[in-house]
Amino acid sequence: MESVLGRYRNLVILVGVLFLQVLGLAMQVKRGTNAGQDTRLIRVWAVGAVTPFERTLVWFQNGASDIWHNYFYLRGVRAENRQLKDQIEQMRLEQVRLSEDAAQAHRLQSLLAFKEQYVSKTVAAQVIGSSGMDSSRVIYLDKGEHAGIKRDMAVITADGIVGKVLLVYPTVSEVLLINDITSGVGVLLGNSRLQGVIAGTSNGEVTLNGVMSDEQVPVGEAVLTSGGDQIFPKGLPVGTVSKVGLGKDLFLSIKIKPAADLSKLEEVLVLAEKQERQAVADDKVHVRAADILAQRLPSVPDKPAADPNAQAGTAGTAKPGSTPVSGSAKPPATASAAAKPTGAAAPPQTAKTSVPATRQPSATVTTTAKPAGTTPDAAETAKTTPKPKTADNATADTKPVAIQLDPATTRPKPQAPPPVQPDSPPPDPNSPQ
Amino acid sequence: MPITYTSGEQVEVYRFSIPVTIGVPLLALFLQAFIPLRFPRFAVYVDLPLLVTIFFAMARRNPISGLLTGAVIGLAQDMLGRNPIGIYGIAKTVVGYGASSLGVKLDVENPGARLLVTLGFYLVHSAVYFTVARGLVNMTVPWSWSHGILAGLANAILGVVLYFVLDKFKQRT
Repeated sequence: MESVLGRYRNLVILVGVLFLQVLGLAMQVKRGTNAGQDTRLIRVWAVGAVTPFERTLVWFQNGASDIWHNYFYLRGVRAENRQLKDQIEQMRLEQVRLSEDAAQAHRLQSLLAFKEQYVSKTVAAQVIGSSGMDSSRVIYLDKGEHAGIKRDMAVITADGIVGKVLLVYPTVSEVLLINDITSGVGVLLGNSRLQGVIAGTSNGEVTLNGVMSDEQVPVGEAVLTSGGDQIFPKGLPVGTVSKVGLGKDLFLSIKIKPAADLSKLEEVLVLAEKQERQAVADDKVHVRAADILAQRLPSVPDKPAADPNAQAGTAGTAKPGSTPVSGSAKPPATASAAAKPTGAAAPPQTAKTSVPATRQPSATVTTTAKPAGTTPDAAETAKTTPKPKTADNATADTKPVAIQLDPATTRPKPQAPPPVQPDSPPPDPNSPQ
Repeated sequence: MPITYTSGEQVEVYRFSIPVTIGVPLLALFLQAFIPLRFPRFAVYVDLPLLVTIFFAMARRNPISGLLTGAVIGLAQDMLGRNPIGIYGIAKTVVGYGASSLGVKLDVENPGARLLVTLGFYLVHSAVYFTVARGLVNMTVPWSWSHGILAGLANAILGVVLYFVLDKFKQRT
């Protein structure tokens, strides 16, 4: 070795001097990327030199783990499969309930003109490395600029938030974890809705700052993102309160246990696109199971259309002075189904019905349904008339709600009367018309 | 007298006094920065620090001192500009190493050899500068063969005259 160095001493020194100068240049030069950031060239080189090895190592590790778990170690899989199936059944039931709640929440949000953030695109990425330093808690992902990742994108797992994208390279990105001392995320407490900012500490813990000491914060309370930092959408799980104590300057010292295990990250999701739009209620009202059952059960058949006067006062028709039709007379099915050009011999007259909106008790919907043959598009937009405020509904602010009505299921009245005032007294059959 | 291949024992190795070693490169840098104020085209065609680098490297005939001389003069030239420091440094390091290595093997004392060597190293210098500036620093640097050869000739002619003057400061070892 010494003889080689001695023999090529001049060349070695030349290479050394050139290397030092190139290194010096790389420390000065910043390389701009499409992600809109300037990164020092030496950092790009360092990441480019290290990450291929990490990527290869992770690939081998995953391959060996997959072979073991997917081909050899299958003990208890059948039992686990049974358990999971049972769990799926239970979750389906839960999903039905939650979807109803979500639909209701959307309708309420649309009434209140809420604006929400929706995650419209995510990029799955694998963790291939870390900074290897306690003072800098960053991880490296195997996806970068080519995969559409940009700076300041949120990084999450199924359990909770992880961090944000700090730097983006062509095939690698660097993520600042939420337990880094320089990170900050706007959060709120799940029950008390108190807002604050979480930050990391030098020993890798996460603390919640900005909560006054006179507030009650129980241990175990969930911490969610508040959306105030413009990076994480609102409502993502952050963790739970693990310790509460008195801090400095009248603020509580709250420690958070992150929901995502930041020390064992393998796969993460990068929230590549967020959209902010006003919440829109789903036009089609969900049919309740009870309504479907009610339709299938034998009931009193409809009276023949030859007797149009007999239909007055039933579902889909109204008389002046009559009460709004209640849900028991099949209004949900009538109001929920989208109009289809069935051409099922609905009379060519226009029928006006007045039914209360099934999902919004305070709103009364007046629909004008036309038969399929009269217009090219059988679907008619329903006009709504807000219910006058009374003692019963004065608390709810009503807004017109568009509902599509199926002319086939609506029994029109040949000569439609004007819409009914919903709070008018019930008709007295003996009273003079 | 043509360029001749000589053995290491046949070539003369020179040294320079410290004032000359420091003062001549500094003067070259100063003139390179000052003359373009009066003659703006001067900086386009003439690179005095490069000529000084070639002269010292060829006279000392030691690759290590040659590349160090080139590195120091080049880095100093970089510091005068606003570009990242090291572009000229790298280019002149390569030239210093090449010129001193050539000086060990060839007799570069006569004007004809000096003219050709200076022309060649000017092109080498331009090529290295272009490569580093474009590839490493992402600078927009045009490349023109006609300009390179023209400027190389100008430097070579000026170099022959300059080397003749600087020969007066040589000291035999």
